[in-house]
Amino acid sequence: MRYLTDRKRAVGLGSAKSGVHHFWAMKVSSVALLMLVPLFICTFGSMLGASHAEVIAHFSRPFPAIVAGLTIIVGFKHFNDGAQVLIEDYVHGLAQKITLILVTCLSYAAMATGVFAIAKIAL
Amino acid sequence: MADVNRGNRPLSPHLTIYRPQLTSMTSILTRITGNALLVAALLTVWWFLAAATSPEYFAVADGLITSWFGDLVMFLSLWALWYHTLSGCRHLIWDNAMMLEIETVEKLGWAVIIGSVVLTVITVVVI
Repeated sequence: MRYLTDRKRAVGLGSAKSGVHHFWAMKVSSVALLMLVPLFICTFGSMLGASHAEVIAHFSRPFPAIVAGLTIIVGFKHFNDGAQVLIEDYVHGLAQKITLILVTCLSYAAMATGVFAIAKIAL
Repeated sequence: MADVNRGNRPLSPHLTIYRPQLTSMTSILTRITGNALLVAALLTVWWFLAAATSPEYFAVADGLITSWFGDLVMFLSLWALWYHTLSGCRHLIWDNAMMLEIETVEKLGWAVIIGSVVLTVITVVVI
């Protein structure tokens, strides 16, 4: 006689491990990026190929600096969540856990580096 | 004994017996572009760090990003960014259980492909 229900057997076995939290986090960051990405393309694109002095002057202004900072923070959060799904699909076992940790560390390191650099330029 | 009866559940058809379709191609491209954008994102962060450090270090980072190879990477990444953005819009629509008919999905697929190319060209011309 089996005491486990079908639901109980299935809970936690999917690649997501939990409910809609990941889906909602993706949705929030993607809507935010929908606004940030065009602004970032406009404020960053024109600076590619500009001189060092021009770049410093440009990103010392509040709007380009804040857009760049937000895009890096939200972008890497979105990357981290998206790459998590990719890893869960293709990498399994211990390698999966190690890859997930490394990608998360890389995402937050990139966020911190980007925000530090922009703060240093702007302030 | 949670795994006594796994049931005789059907397997999803394998990729190798599927004919390539617009729907599957636009789907996998969304994943590829999204994850490949890591390269341009890290280059951009490095570029900011170099600019914050010194004019000499900036010359190194800027030199690499604006070299022909850097230009190629940034150009392809710009297209990837627009493609992933438009494709993401498609997902935001689908999340509401709207526009899921095959014909509509294929129309949206072409809109994403053509739209991303057009936006890339406009961006390069304007900026």
